Amino acid sequence: MDLSSALEISTCTDPGIVRPHNEDSVAADAVTGLVVLADGMGGYNAGEVASGMATTVIKAEVAQILGNVEPHLVDEKTNKVFAELILREQIRKANASIYHAAQSQPQYAGMGTTLVACLFYDNRVMVGHLGDSRLYRLRNKKLRQITRDHSLLQEQIDAGLITAAQAKNAAHKNLVTRALGIDPGVEPELHEYRTQPDDIYLLCSDGLCDMVGDDDIALTLKALGRHLNLATQQLVQMANDNGGRDNVSVILVRILREYPAARGVVGKFFAWLK
Amino acid sequence: MAKLILSMDGLVLKEIPLSKERTSIGRKPSNDIQIDNLAVSGEHAVIVTIMSDSFLEDLGSTNGTIVNGNPVKKHFLQNNDVIELGKYKLKFLAEAGVPASASAADFEKTMVLRPSTMKTVVEQARSAAPGGGQQAAQAARAAAVQQAAAAAAGVAAKDTTGGSKAPAPSPAPAAASAAPAAAPAGGAPAAAPAQAPAATPAAAAAPKTAQLLGAIQILSGSNAGKALELIKPLTTLGKPGVQVAVLTRRPQGYFITHVEGAKQPSVNGQSIGTAPHALKDHDVIELAGVKMEFFVKG
Repeated sequence: MDLSSALEISTCTDPGIVRPHNEDSVAADAVTGLVVLADGMGGYNAGEVASGMATTVIKAEVAQILGNVEPHLVDEKTNKVFAELILREQIRKANASIYHAAQSQPQYAGMGTTLVACLFYDNRVMVGHLGDSRLYRLRNKKLRQITRDHSLLQEQIDAGLITAAQAKNAAHKNLVTRALGIDPGVEPELHEYRTQPDDIYLLCSDGLCDMVGDDDIALTLKALGRHLNLATQQLVQMANDNGGRDNVSVILVRILREYPAARGVVGKFFAWLK
Repeated sequence: MAKLILSMDGLVLKEIPLSKERTSIGRKPSNDIQIDNLAVSGEHAVIVTIMSDSFLEDLGSTNGTIVNGNPVKKHFLQNNDVIELGKYKLKFLAEAGVPASASAADFEKTMVLRPSTMKTVVEQARSAAPGGGQQAAQAARAAAVQQAAAAAAGVAAKDTTGGSKAPAPSPAPAAASAAPAAAPAGGAPAAAPAQAPAATPAAAAAPKTAQLLGAIQILSGSNAGKALELIKPLTTLGKPGVQVAVLTRRPQGYFITHVEGAKQPSVNGQSIGTAPHALKDHDVIELAGVKMEFFVKG
C-alpha cells in the first residue's frame, strides 16, 4: 500500500557547529511509511559507517519485505502483527551487519549506533528504538515524548537517584545502555501507537533535545507544523544557535489523512481506485 | 577540594574543607561541623563527598535544611549553593580548577555502557545478599550504575587525545567492587543516596547569550497602534490561508521568513523572497495588507 499521499515527511541532518563530521544518518520512505534515524559512535569515520549501515539496511530490507507481507496482519505463530516482527527482525539484521563489520575491520572496531525507527501502517505506527535517539508526538497542540531513552541517566531517574531537573545538568548524558552493533544480539524496544490525522511525529538525535528545550520544540511544531520543511530547518537552526555541540538530525512526519489497511476484496478494490 | 564557608548575619565565621567522605553537621559536639544553636538539631544534616561531587542530606532535623531558599531532603550541591540552618549559612564552593571545559566535549560523545556487565553485577549482589532481597539488590544496582558512570567518565576524560569515542570499555571491575560494598548496607535507606553523586556538574545547557529584545508595532489596519514584544524564539504573523510569515529570534538578531501565501511579505517596500531576511531597527514590514514597524527595545 502506497502511503505517500497520507504522510508528509521532511528530514534534515546537520553536523552542528563544533563537530567536524556528521555521524548521524536519516532515511525516509513515504511509500512504505518507514522513517529511520541513527546516531553513530566510534572513532574516525566509524560512527558514520555504523549509522549509515543501520538506516540503509533497515530501509531497503523493510521496503522489500513489505512488497510481500501486509504489516497489519497477525502472525498465527507468535500472535503479533507482522509490522512488529518485520521491524524487530530488520533491526537485528542491521545489528548483525554492523557487529560483523566492526569485528572484521580493525578501523571499525567498537563502532555502534543508536536508532529510532517508525513504520506507519493501518492508522498505526510501530516504533522501535535503541539508545537515546527519541520520538516525540505533537497531538492537539501538546508535545509528548514517546520513547524512553536507554541511557544511564534515564536509569538513574527511574531509580529515583536524581530528578529530571538534575538530569539536565548531569555530566554523563552521553552514556547509552543499549545500541546497535555492540553485541552479537540486540533487543530493540518496540511499541505500537494509533495515529490521528494532523499528528506530527518528530524523530531526533540527542543533538536536538540536548540543545533545544521541549517548549521551544513544541512552539516550532505548532507554528510551522503545516510547513514541515521550514519546521525541520528551524529546529536544526535553533540547535545550532544554542551552541550546536553535537550533530543534529530531525525527521518530521505529519499524518495528512486516515490510512486504514485494505481489508477484503471490496477494500482492496477501493484501495486500488485511490 | 570543595569547601564550605560558614557565616552568620553576613559575618564569615569559618572555612571548612570537605576532606572527608562524610561530613556531619549538627548541634552535638560529635559532629564534624558543630553549630551550637538551638535552631539546629543534634544531628542535623550530612554532606557526602565522592570524588569531586558533594551531596547534602537532611537527617530528619526539626527545623529542616534550606538550600537556596528551598527546603530539601536530598540535594546534589552545585557551586555557590547556600545552605541555611537556622540563622547560619553555609556556602558551598566546588573544587577550584576542575577541568570542566577541557573534558566537556568528551562527555557529550555518545558511548555505550554494556548492559551485560551491569547484569552480572546485579546477580553478584543478589547472591551476596541472599536474605537482603530486593532492596539490597536494588541498592547494589544503583551503586553499580553510579560506579559504571564514574568509570566510564574517567575513561572519557583520559582519552582526550585519541578522538575516539568507542563504547565504554567494560566497567565491570569498578562496578564489581562497588557491589559488595553496597550490598551489606542495602537494608538501610541511607545507602542509596550515599552512592548517588557520581556526576560532575559539567556542560550545562546552552550558554544563553544576552539577546536583543525586539518588538513590532502595527501601523495600519484595525489594530493600528498595537505593539507586540518578540520574546519567543519564533512568532508567526499574518492570516492563515492568506499570507503568513514567521519572525525568528536568533543570537544574530531577528529574521523574517515567508511561510505561506502566494505573495511574499515585503520589508521597506522590497519583497523578501523565500529566504530568511535579517531585520534592522525601524524596518517596515508589510504582510497581508498590514504595515508594521520592527524596532529594537534594547
